[in-house]
Amino acid sequence: MSIKLEHLNYIYSPGTAFEKQALKDISLEISQGEFVGIIGHTGSGKSTLIQHFNGLIKATAGALYYNGENIYEEGYNMRELRSQVGLVFQYPEHQLFEADVLSDVCFGPKNQGLSQEECERRAKEALDLVGFPEKYYQQSPFELSGGQKRRAAIAGVLAMRPGVLVLDEPTAGLDPKGRDEILNQVEHLHKSTNMTVILVSHSMEDIARHVDRIIVMNRGEKMFDGRPKEVFAHYRELEEVGLAAPQVTYIMHALKARGLDVRTDATTVEEAAKEIIRSFHD
Amino acid sequence: MIRDITIGQYYPAKSVIHRLDPRVKIICTLLFLISLFIQRSVLGYGAATVFLGLVIYMSRVPLGFILKGLKPIIMLLLITVLFTLFLTREGQELVHFWIFRITDKGLEITVYTAIRLIYLIMGSSIMTFTTTPNSLTDGIESVLHPLNKIKVPVHEVAMMMSIALRFIPILLEETDKIMKAQIARGADLESGNIIQRAKAMIPILVPLFVSAFRRANDLAMAMESRCYHGGEGRTKMKPLVYKTRDYLAYMINVVYVLLVFFIGRFVSFHIWIF
Repeated sequence: MSIKLEHLNYIYSPGTAFEKQALKDISLEISQGEFVGIIGHTGSGKSTLIQHFNGLIKATAGALYYNGENIYEEGYNMRELRSQVGLVFQYPEHQLFEADVLSDVCFGPKNQGLSQEECERRAKEALDLVGFPEKYYQQSPFELSGGQKRRAAIAGVLAMRPGVLVLDEPTAGLDPKGRDEILNQVEHLHKSTNMTVILVSHSMEDIARHVDRIIVMNRGEKMFDGRPKEVFAHYRELEEVGLAAPQVTYIMHALKARGLDVRTDATTVEEAAKEIIRSFHD
Repeated sequence: MIRDITIGQYYPAKSVIHRLDPRVKIICTLLFLISLFIQRSVLGYGAATVFLGLVIYMSRVPLGFILKGLKPIIMLLLITVLFTLFLTREGQELVHFWIFRITDKGLEITVYTAIRLIYLIMGSSIMTFTTTPNSLTDGIESVLHPLNKIKVPVHEVAMMMSIALRFIPILLEETDKIMKAQIARGADLESGNIIQRAKAMIPILVPLFVSAFRRANDLAMAMESRCYHGGEGRTKMKPLVYKTRDYLAYMINVVYVLLVFFIGRFVSFHIWIF
């Protein structure tokens, strides 16, 4: 299960005053089981990019291959693609509509044409995966807290059992506790099911902690693509486009500048702590 | 997909029409609409076409963009046209089959009604395309100001209108987003019979209503926390002042309306296209 983009371009409202090139010549490949973070400033094209992954937006030029098949080819089964690539939008709780949580989560599987029992089985499994408490299954989704609403909405996509899960800013508007819980849950999901996860965020801290690979978007172009340590080594360039490396990167650079013999590529607080302690022991 | 609905949107461009005082645009649009209804002659509509064409040309809004605004009224247009075409009994009969009869008078009225409706939408959308919602409200408020004397809450009405206008693109965007989110969850909005399709709208309408109420609530809260209390004693940052081009626009418009009026009145010029 891989997603491959070749020279993808997208232009909004071509031929009007609102014309805007949202994506410029993007080529990349995401393979099965990867945990990828897409990061970029507001308007950098990251949301537009991920909507290409399940065919919601058709590229103006270029090609997108899912499992080696060109999705823009005539007769390609888009609905099948959409159940394969689960897309969780920003503020996904705004799409809840059913009278109770369980039926809402069943919406996806039901659209896949599964039986009622199978739908409920998958819905329960998905709700369990995101850590949604069972006692709220019959409650109206509109009466839940913000964090629970979001879990229910993410479960709504997971219940379709996608091979690829794309999350657009899944932590926007949540408190730090809710944010950590959701991200840990996503990481757990990735590890336990070997699902490909693509996480969109504008917070380096969120991403650095969890993903194996970072794609940095800037003004519709792919700026960097690599392991977190490699990407954060460019922290000066990241700053120029309004992004920042995790705070520990700065601390490590500052320590090194003051003469402490540390490696500067730590990306999380834990790694940094270990590295500093090591440098004292040496 | 749904972004294509353009009615009630502002189209940013630099043109004379954009720079006109909103009061001029409101009154001239009104006069233009009246000019469509005070007469029914080929010459009159010719003049209206030329006038509308000139204004659109000067506004630098692409014609295709304005025509797109007609999409939502196609149904209304179709129903109106069919009813007038088949239900007008006066005049000479042209075609007759089963219970349907088309008369020359009916055909004439149909063509004119269609033109009126289309020009009505185009004329008023050129106003909203070239005027920001903010200045449009200012204009409406100022034009309706005399009604204050008979206790009409002009400021409140204008504010409500501007909020409604402002919310059109927001709700369209929201609809687009919700539709995409539900399509991503496998929703099928395109196939099936009319009942299935209506049912398929529920997952879109419910979140849309919820979000509309939430937004309305937020807005009310934001206005209240800035001590908004209606129009009384409120001053403007940019008061409306007429400039030379505004008087000129008035003059051109009045000349146009008089022209159309006299054409309709006194020139008994009747040609048939068919």
